[in-house]
This record gives sequence, C-alpha cells and structure tokens, in this order.
Amino acid sequence: MTDVPFWNREVETAERSRLQQLQLQRLKGIIGWALRTPFYKRRLSQAGINSPDDVRSLQDLQRVPFTTKDDLRQNFPKGLLAVDMREVVRIHSSSGTTGIPTVIYFTRDDIDNWTDLLARSITGTGAGVGDVFQNMMSYGLFTGGLGLHYGAERVGMTVIPIGGGNTKRQIQTMKDFQTTILHITPSYLLHVHSRLGEDGIFRKDLALRKAFIGAEPHSENTRRKIQDLLQIEAYNSYGLSELNGPGVAFECVCRKDMHVWEDAYIAEVIDPKTGEVLKDGQEGELVLTNLVRCAMPMLRYRTRDLAFLHPEGCDCGRTHRRLSRILGRTDDMLIINGVNVFPSQIEEKIMKIPEVATNYQIHVDKKGALDRLTVKVEIYPKLFLGEVAVLEALRNKIREDLQASITIAPIVELHEPGSLPVSEGKAKRVVDDRPKD
Amino acid sequence: MGVSPMSSRSRAGCPCYRIMGKMPMLRGVMAKQLTIFVENRPGRLKSISENLCKSHIDIRAFTIQDRGDYGLLRLIVDKPNDAYLALADVGCACALKDILAVSVPDQPGNFHRLASALAENSINVLDAYGFVLQPHKTGVCCMEIDRPQMAKAEEVVKAAGFTVLEDEELYGL
Repeated sequence: MTDVPFWNREVETAERSRLQQLQLQRLKGIIGWALRTPFYKRRLSQAGINSPDDVRSLQDLQRVPFTTKDDLRQNFPKGLLAVDMREVVRIHSSSGTTGIPTVIYFTRDDIDNWTDLLARSITGTGAGVGDVFQNMMSYGLFTGGLGLHYGAERVGMTVIPIGGGNTKRQIQTMKDFQTTILHITPSYLLHVHSRLGEDGIFRKDLALRKAFIGAEPHSENTRRKIQDLLQIEAYNSYGLSELNGPGVAFECVCRKDMHVWEDAYIAEVIDPKTGEVLKDGQEGELVLTNLVRCAMPMLRYRTRDLAFLHPEGCDCGRTHRRLSRILGRTDDMLIINGVNVFPSQIEEKIMKIPEVATNYQIHVDKKGALDRLTVKVEIYPKLFLGEVAVLEALRNKIREDLQASITIAPIVELHEPGSLPVSEGKAKRVVDDRPKD
Repeated sequence: MGVSPMSSRSRAGCPCYRIMGKMPMLRGVMAKQLTIFVENRPGRLKSISENLCKSHIDIRAFTIQDRGDYGLLRLIVDKPNDAYLALADVGCACALKDILAVSVPDQPGNFHRLASALAENSINVLDAYGFVLQPHKTGVCCMEIDRPQMAKAEEVVKAAGFTVLEDEELYGL
C-alpha cells in the first residue's frame, strides 16, 4: 500500500521480535513502578515477584494476578498510586460500579506518552495539519475529550474544543469553521445527521472528511450507515480510562479493526471463566497491561470487554496486532450514549430513598438515534401522602440523585406498588430494547 | 378480604391518623377525601372500582389529576375509612386527606364570592373540584388547603356566609 501515513514509522512497523523486546524491557520497568504501590507490592510478592528482575520473559506476565475494577475501588483513592502526589499533574475518573469512582493519576511524562499515542492514532487515519478538528466528546473527568484534544494539538490540527451536546451549535460550528474531522459517539453522529437541514445547513455546506467514533460499541452496519449517510470515513477507536483513555487501539486507513499500540500496552485475551490466555483469533475477555504510565501502573487489567485479536498482519504495514470490535461485556455494564452505567449504581441510589419500594426496573431504548434511559420505581404505600407536589419532588430527587451518580439524567417513572416484575435475579431488572443490528 | 371498619389495626395502619395527631383539633371533624395513586394504563381504574364495589362503597364524587405516567384519583365516598382499608389491603398507594368541603348555593356569583373571600385573606387553594348536588339549589366545592392555613380557611369561609360540610354531612349527601 502506498500513502500510509505514520507518526512514528520505526515503532509502528517494528519487527515483532523487536517489539516484544521493547515490551519486556518496559514491562520490567513498570513492574518496578508497581512495586512502589502497597497494592501491587502485596500482589506481586504473592506471585513471587519482588523485583523487576524476577520477570525474565513476556511469558512471566502470566504469573501476575489480574487486576479488577473492584481492586481499584477497594484501594480508592491512592492504593495504586506509585509516585508522590507532587509529581501528579492530572487526575481523571470514571464511574465505579457503586458510589466509589475509579481514579487515574498521570505524571507529566504519562500525559506526554498518552498524547503521543493519540497523535499516532490520529495520524494513522490520514488526518493532520490543515484539518479542523471538532471534538464533540465531553471534556472533564471523562478521558475521551481531553485525550483526543491533546493528541490533535500535537499533530497540529486546528482544535475546536466544543465538547458534547447542543446539536444546533455543533452543526453551525461545523459550517462556520469548515470542520473536517469529528470525534463523537456513533449514536450522536447519527443524531447530528438527522438534524442536518433544520437551520438551512445541509451536508453540502460542510467540509467533513472523517469521524473518529468511539466510547460505545457499534456494528459494522452502523459504521457503513454513518459513512453512507454523511459521506465520510468513520474510524473506530478503543480505550478505557483505567488504561489512560482513548488511544489504546485505533483504526488505520485500512479501517479493518484497531491496532493496539503494543509498545505501550500488552494485550491478552483470556477465557473469562478460567482466566486461561487464549490464542489470537479466539474470542474472550480483553486484558491489558499499561507499560508507559508510572503514576499508576496497571497490570493485567480485566476490561470486561469481549473481543479477539487478529493473528494476521495489516495491509498498512504496521506490526501491532489488531483488536476486533467490542463484541459484548462479561458484566452487566450498560453503555448509554457513550457513558458507562452499572445497574448497581442506579440500585444503590434508589435504595436510599425511603419513599420508593425496593422493586425497580431499568429500561433502555432508542429515541431517534440516541439512547434513552428510563428508571421505573414503585411508590411505597406507607409513605404515600396523596400529594402531587410530594410525588413530583420525589421524581425530581430520583432524577437528580441519579444524574449526580451516573452523569445521565434518566426519565423517572412512578409506578403502583407491586406493578413492576418481581426480581428473579438481575435479568428482569434491566430491559435493553435497543435494536441489535 | 374482610374489612372491619375502624378497628384498632385500621387506625394504626392509616397514615392520616398519624398526621392528624399533630393537628390542632378543629371544631367537628373535617371531611375526608381518598386519594389513590393510579398508573396511567388501561385497566387500572377498573381494579380500583372493583375493590370498592366489593366493599359496598358508594362514590359521591370523583376526579382524576393527570400527571402523564400516573394520575391521582380523588374520591368522596360514603365510608372513607372502609374504602381506604379495602384498597390498602390489596397494596394500593392511597391516603386519606382532610379537605374543606363547602356548600355553595347553585346560583350565579356564589363561587365568585367564595373565591373572593379566600383571595382577600390570602388563602391558597392547592387543588379544588366542585359538583352540583341539586341543580339551581345546592353545589359543593371541595378544596385542598395547605395544612397551616386550613383552620383560617374554615373561618374565612364561614364568615363569608357559607356552610362547611363536616364528614358525615358530606358523605351522607
């Protein structure tokens, strides 16, 4: 293939053996940092690893126990912090499965490394200097917005840090600045398309070339639909805040699944039941080790995402293996308009409100292109006073409490006592009516 | 489902009695309205009417306050406590509330007189509904008033020459 753009050709096309050498060297380094944290010192010593020299090959990584989201929660806030707080220049955070969030620390070097991975990802799609980049992901504690922002600046694109929401303004901005590249969730991009023309701004008035679509799983059909409707190239992106955020894996110009940047991450796919490492091509749970983040090393983190790694190379010439689309989850996490939501977060809030009974239901469906979350609760008869104002205040309280916890304001429905299906395990508590295309 | 009216169990189980305990006793006993939480979907009203029917409850008046996904059904019945227990026993969210029931002669201008008297005394009406009992003779206006203003509202209405209907007077209409 000709015209394949690279940010760091040497690393991106390095021989596998050279790449693995680099991985081993960096793995030893990160084990050194991990041993500085109380959490990993204990974990690693149980596995017989007390110094970086106890890791002699990449195979030795399999001796390291998995790290789970629960570990992060139990060691909140600083149990996995490997550096002095004075060296930490940034904190990001994501929702925990309960009230305790997951916190991630970055040193200046960590931010620099992460930014470089994003610069590499962006360049790989053919975007670069001269492009106008409209970053439509939320900024703030969520890693999606700031991560791409820094990478885009490093590449030299003109960055519009508009953030999420306000579709009218998004479309106007696309026209005003002749935006060429978008960073957005697939569902929001389809929603934006449905609103084109409302203010007399049509596709022909826009200069869109490409979209980086991430933060929520989507099918190849959805990508095709986006590309056909908007006449743009859509690139899939993968990341999670525990492993920095976006830029763990990104599609190149071939758009045939995402290269995992293997000089920065070790990707394994395991059988989620047995923990056994599977061969390339076999579907299982993705497990990631972060090789280049000192502030908070992350060893064999169980992402709960189901995927597989392509055994064969890519036409672009990169040697870094490609990760499939995310095919599912091993837990009950819901992704609603790009935001991760655990049913347990919702349950925790509802159970604290005495005016509602213990039965509830979480319902997710589509309204147009966007996801819609409805939380149904039952009125608790003994605390019913017969006043609309009290009921509406209750409805608002539930909505606000949930928004504070999961960042999405759901529709709250009040139901009669005993009217919702009685819980027989978690299955009935969550109804996902979104079409699986 | 046997309902024994006014048993000690019924008093303890009914939220309105707890609330009433904190209230200064007014002269006589305030009229009661039964308020029922009803989901807005087919068949829900029927299940309530069925239970009231089984308990031989006579409905004097009713109205529904619609809130989209649910509504509040407000009833004036001949035996409010029995009706409350009949519904509470089957798990309904319902409550008995004090209302100010005023007898309003059914002639032009009388409702205006009532509303003016309340307005002049800064009484806020939370919710109200009315019905004609005997055309051109008697109408009834039922009002929910903020608890702290209830006693004053009763005085104001009486001072304006209206008759306040106490519990049995209203149910026996």
